[in-house]
Amino acid sequence: MPNDQFKFSRRSVLAGGVAGAALLVAPGIVRAQAQTLKIAVLLPQSGYLAQAGQSCHRGALVARQVLADLGYKVELVHIDMESNPDVARTQTERAINEGAHCIVGAFDSAGTLAIAQVCEQRQVPLIVNIGAAPQLTEQGYKFLVRNFPTGGMLVKNGLHQIQALIDATKIAPKSAVFLHANDNFGLAQRKGMDALFPKSGLPFKLLESIPYDPKAQDLSVEVTKIRGLNPDLLLVVTRAADAIKLVRDTVRQKFQPMGIISPGAPGLYDEEFYKALGPLADYHIDALPWANPKSKVTQALEAAYTKAQPKFRFAVECFNVGFTFDALMVAGDAFKRAGTTNGPELMKALKATNLVEHTMIGGPIKFDEKGQNNDIPSASVQNRNQTPTVVLPAEVATMTPVLPMPPWQGRK
Amino acid sequence: MTAITLNIIVQGILTGLVYGLMALGLSVIFGVMRVVNFAHGEFTVVAMYAAFLLFDMLGVSPLISLLPIAAAFFFLGYALQRTLVEPFISRAEHEQFILLVGLATVVVNGLLLIFGPDARPINLPYSFDSYTIGSLFIDKVRVFAALGAFAICIALFLFFRYTRTGTAIRACADNLTGAGVVGLNVKQLYAVTFGLGFACIGAAGTLMATIADASPGLAPAYTLLAFVIVIIGGLGSMAGALVGGVLIGISEALAGFYIQPSMKSMFSFALLILVLVLRPQGLMGRRL
Repeated sequence: MPNDQFKFSRRSVLAGGVAGAALLVAPGIVRAQAQTLKIAVLLPQSGYLAQAGQSCHRGALVARQVLADLGYKVELVHIDMESNPDVARTQTERAINEGAHCIVGAFDSAGTLAIAQVCEQRQVPLIVNIGAAPQLTEQGYKFLVRNFPTGGMLVKNGLHQIQALIDATKIAPKSAVFLHANDNFGLAQRKGMDALFPKSGLPFKLLESIPYDPKAQDLSVEVTKIRGLNPDLLLVVTRAADAIKLVRDTVRQKFQPMGIISPGAPGLYDEEFYKALGPLADYHIDALPWANPKSKVTQALEAAYTKAQPKFRFAVECFNVGFTFDALMVAGDAFKRAGTTNGPELMKALKATNLVEHTMIGGPIKFDEKGQNNDIPSASVQNRNQTPTVVLPAEVATMTPVLPMPPWQGRK
Repeated sequence: MTAITLNIIVQGILTGLVYGLMALGLSVIFGVMRVVNFAHGEFTVVAMYAAFLLFDMLGVSPLISLLPIAAAFFFLGYALQRTLVEPFISRAEHEQFILLVGLATVVVNGLLLIFGPDARPINLPYSFDSYTIGSLFIDKVRVFAALGAFAICIALFLFFRYTRTGTAIRACADNLTGAGVVGLNVKQLYAVTFGLGFACIGAAGTLMATIADASPGLAPAYTLLAFVIVIIGGLGSMAGALVGGVLIGISEALAGFYIQPSMKSMFSFALLILVLVLRPQGLMGRRL
C-alpha cells in the first residue's frame, strides 16, 4: 500500500478545517435560526426545597399553553436540580449541550448562583424566577436578569406595607417583637430588619428580636418570652410548620396581639397552615410580592392553572406560580423582539424588556444595567376564610384589611 | 420565682415526662440485651403517624389509640427481634450498629415516600385549650400526655418488679450465664424485652403526636434526644431515663427563656458533656 495515501495535502487539511469549523458553529446557527425558543426550566423538584420547587413546576407546566395563547412561541424542558447546586450546575451544562437557548430558575439562590456561572461561560441567558440573594445581580454577570426582589428589598417593602396597614386600619401599636427562624433565610431577614427598621419611621418600638430553632418541637418557650414582653404586634419570619407551632402556642397561652405580620416570608399562607389551624389561620398578614388579581395575564393564568391542577388552589400557589410564569414570559417576549435565539442578541433584548402586562403586582418589568428589576412592590396579603387575599395596595385589593385581628376565642 | 419562670418549669417537666417515656424504650433494650437501637427515633415517628392515621381516618383520639398502638408495637418489636436482631446479638457491635442504622434509613425514607415531607398535625377538640392556675397557663394536651407517660412508666416499673416475666428479664440483665443455667428461655425473654421497648416507643410516639406534628424529619432528632437522655440518666437505668427526660425538658425550657430559644439544644449537649465528665455512668447508672 503506497504511503502517499495517508499524506495530508494542503487542500485536504483546508477542507477538513472548514468541515470541522462548520460542525462546531452548526449548533449556534441552528440555535439562531430556531422558530421556537427552547427554555430549560431548572427547579428543585426533589430534595429539601421540593415543596416550593414543585409549586413553581406546576406554574411552568401550565405556562406553555398560556404563553402560546399570548403569542409567545416557547418550548419548555423541565429539569430537577434536586435542591443541590452541584446538580444545578451539571444539569445546566447538559441542557445547553442539548440545545437550550436560555435558562429559567431556580427558586433557590445557591442553585441559581451555580447556574449563573455556567450561563456566563456559555453566553446563554438566565432569567431568575425566585432567588433573593443580593450577589446574584451584584457579581457582574452579563447573562443574567432577575425579576424578583433582593432580600433587602423584601424587608424594606414589607416595612412600607406595615406602615400602610397602620394608616388604613388606624391602629396605634406601641411595640413589636421580631421572631425569626435561625436559618440562612431568617438570619438574612434579621440583618435586613436590623439595618432598615431604625430608618423606617414606623411608630412603634421593636422590643426584641428572637431567633428560634426551626427544628424545635414547639415554640412554647418562645411564646412565653413574647407574652412576657407583651408587644402589640408580632413580626415573624417562619416556615410553614413553624408558623403552625407559633399560632398554636400563642392561642394556648391566651396571648392576643393586634396582629401577626410577616415582612416577607413563607409560612402564613401555605396550604399546610390552613389545614392545621382552620379558622385560627385567618387574619394573619404577609407583606410580600403577590399576583395581581386584576391583571388580565393573572386571570388567564389562573383559569389555565385551575383547569390543569384541580388539586391545588391558585390563590395559595400564586407567588411561586406567578413569578415562574413571568420569568418565562420575559424570555418569550425577548425572543419575539430579538427574532433570534443567539445568546448575546437574546440577552440584549432581555435587557431592553419593557413588559407592561404580567402576573405579579408592580409596574412594567424592566431591568437595570445589573439585570435587576427594581419595581417589584409588596402587597399586604391577609388570610380571609382560609384564603390569602390581597388587602393592600387599595388599587389591587379585593378586600379591606382587618386589624386588630378578632380574638382567638369564638372563631368559626 | 416569677410566674413566667414557674410556667416554663412546669411546661418543661410535662414535656420531659414524655421524653422520658420515649427514652425508656431505648434504656430497657440496652439494659437487658446490650443492643443499642439506632432506629429508635424512626419508630417513634412511625407511632406518631399511626396515631395520626387512626385520628384522621377513624376519629380515634391518641389517648384511646395509645393502648392498641403500644400493643401493635410490642408485636412489631417481638417479630423484629426474632427475625432481624437475634442473629446479630452475638456479633460485633459495629455490625449491630450498621443493621439498625440501615433499618432507620429504610424507615425514614419509607415515611417520606408514603407521607411526603409535610407535617401532619392531630387537631383534638382541646388542642388549643389550656388550664389557667393563677398566672400559669398549662396546655391541656401536654398535661394529658405527661400523665399518660407517667402512668405507663409506673406500670412498666411494676411489671419488672412484681411479675415472673419481669423478674426473669431482670435476671437475664444481671447475669446472662446464670439465667441460662437456671433454665430461663433467654431467646424468648430477649424477644419480650425488645417487644416491651417497642411498646414504650409506640406509647411515647402516640403521646408525642398530641404535642408535636408528625414529620419524617423528626426521626433523627428523636434518636439523638433519646441517647442524650439515657446517657444523662444512666444507660440501662429505667428511673434514670425518666429523670434524664425531665432534666432535659426543664433545662431546654429555661435555657430557651433565659439565654436564647435557638440555643435550647446546645444546652442539652452541654449538660451531656458535664455528666460524661463528672459522672460517666450517668446520674442513676451503676458505676462501670
